[in-house]
Amino acid sequence: MDRRTLITFAIPGALLVLFVAWPLLHIVAASPALLWETILDQEVRRSILLTFAASLIATAIALLTGVPLAYLLARHDFPARWLVEGIIDLPVVVPHTAAGIALLMVFGRHTFLGQVFGLLGIRFVSAIPGIVAAMLFVSMSFLVNAAREGFEAIDPRLEHTARTLGASPWESFWRVSLPMAWRNIFSGAIMMWARGLSEFGAIVILAYHPMVAPVLLYERFESWGLRRAQPVAALMVLVSLAAFVALRMIAGRGSRVGWRMTTRRRREVWGESD
Amino acid sequence: MADDYPEEKGGMGGVRLEQLQVELGEFSLEGITLDVAAGEYFVILGPTGAGKTVLLETIAGIHRPRRGRVLIDGVDVTDLPPEKRGVGFVYQGAVLFPHLNVFENIAFGLRLRSRRRDASSDRQIRERVYAISELLGITHLHHRKPERLSGGEGQRVALARALVIAPRLLLLDEPLAALDPASRELLQRELAGLHRALKATVIHVTHDFEEAVALGARIAVIHQGKVLQVGPPEEIFRKPNSEFVARFVGVRNVFKGILRPAGDGHKLLSVGGIEMAVVTGLTGQVYGSLRPEDIIISREPFRSSVRNSFPGRIASIADRGNIIYATVHLSGVDLVCAITRRSLEEMALREGEEVYTAFKASAVHVFPGAKG
Repeated sequence: MDRRTLITFAIPGALLVLFVAWPLLHIVAASPALLWETILDQEVRRSILLTFAASLIATAIALLTGVPLAYLLARHDFPARWLVEGIIDLPVVVPHTAAGIALLMVFGRHTFLGQVFGLLGIRFVSAIPGIVAAMLFVSMSFLVNAAREGFEAIDPRLEHTARTLGASPWESFWRVSLPMAWRNIFSGAIMMWARGLSEFGAIVILAYHPMVAPVLLYERFESWGLRRAQPVAALMVLVSLAAFVALRMIAGRGSRVGWRMTTRRRREVWGESD
Repeated sequence: MADDYPEEKGGMGGVRLEQLQVELGEFSLEGITLDVAAGEYFVILGPTGAGKTVLLETIAGIHRPRRGRVLIDGVDVTDLPPEKRGVGFVYQGAVLFPHLNVFENIAFGLRLRSRRRDASSDRQIRERVYAISELLGITHLHHRKPERLSGGEGQRVALARALVIAPRLLLLDEPLAALDPASRELLQRELAGLHRALKATVIHVTHDFEEAVALGARIAVIHQGKVLQVGPPEEIFRKPNSEFVARFVGVRNVFKGILRPAGDGHKLLSVGGIEMAVVTGLTGQVYGSLRPEDIIISREPFRSSVRNSFPGRIASIADRGNIIYATVHLSGVDLVCAITRRSLEEMALREGEEVYTAFKASAVHVFPGAKG
């Protein structure tokens, strides 16, 4: 690439990066004294912890249910496959407040499911299960799609070979497919978890209380104004950023284990399936 | 662990396919019936897209036939999953587990068999992995990751991984296709050696005629999901039973012989009662192939620089339209020669007549012979 093209491409890109980085930098540049005061604020600490934990639970649920689904989607053709894939992508498109309303209509106090879970002592409206449900709903696409891509990238002949070497389908999944797709799954889980942390729209409708961090921030802004909301936002951005970077580093360390095939190699390998 | 898979098992793994019908996307097999004797080296030869891989995978149990049966050692295994069939599988281009190093790749099957992970089973696994690695000369690669292996090394590892579980039947899907010529030749010889040493039945799929001739005791030619012809290599290329086989294999002279050096950069290939000059870097027992179009027939002895000139008698003349194939009987060798209708008429050749055949040393294509 010559110098002129380089500059032509770099300028719009730099503007976009700046557009994201500049406001974030402003938020983070709160006075240390104010930031410290916010850290000491128990309500803030509790809500951040709640946000992290709820998103972690949602991610765990998606791992247990979404990974097997992703494997099925990657390996088997079934009649309603396109429908299932569409449903999985839907939460990315649906406005999150609408998602919250939809969830409320199913898990609300006077609905069938709401009452069934109520008998088990689980309440969704204005409770932690509601927060988890909202997070799960809006962010599971990230995990399922990442895992599916991971499984799809695995040469099916590796699984066949494992079978001839004595592996049952179950063993072949555990010893070949899962370890090979693990990096994709893990990175999908990070994306899902991060997406869950930032969720506001669905949660605010289903479970305003107990307050997760984005809801708390909204409330501080509404009742106290910008000056009181800023340090809370700063703290959230900093903590999320730290967690995200740490997880990315862990995922990156495993990258040498991961298996990536170029498209060409894939065609070479699978085109020869005569 | 070792009890399930005895090391000594001469003559096991005979395969019988009965009216096998498989459908898989764009590939299908129709009414495949084949008998592979226990301990045989059997080659399935066919062009890309003929359904060779699907056939092998069906024998391994990866695809379920829509109709027909697969029998191994006389037992119907059509309903058995791959892990219960006792077959080893090696794919084209060394399909190794990328998340495991070479040692763990080879040990994969053994680890599945040893449920307990204690010192004694670990020692047994080590011993067997080392034994097979010595045999294939890959012990020094044990700590490498598959991505850092050459094509030949990878294929050896894949072979070791399949052989370490002592399969009664070894299925090889184009095992030499992705290799450079040097490692190809070497591995081809090793395959033949391994087959002799291990006495397992081998079914080897290839699109390469020379590979098939060099390795197979018998060859099955398959095309568009159907078996066209089964027989020893000589029979396939001498008596192709269909136009496809004739075209795919090509009418040609193939002979087995022994090379010995001759002073002037050439080598002499002894075949039957004659010694022909050839150009090759190989030594020992080899195959030579010669296209009928490259042989000249005349009534007089040749006085040109052509190195190979042998007298013989015309055994038969086959008319194929524009080209006529004359089989000339030399001492101990039959040569099929192509002549045009015009020269046939000009020379007025008849069966039983004495003629001279001639061909260039460079026209003889020499390729390694792996069969003992």
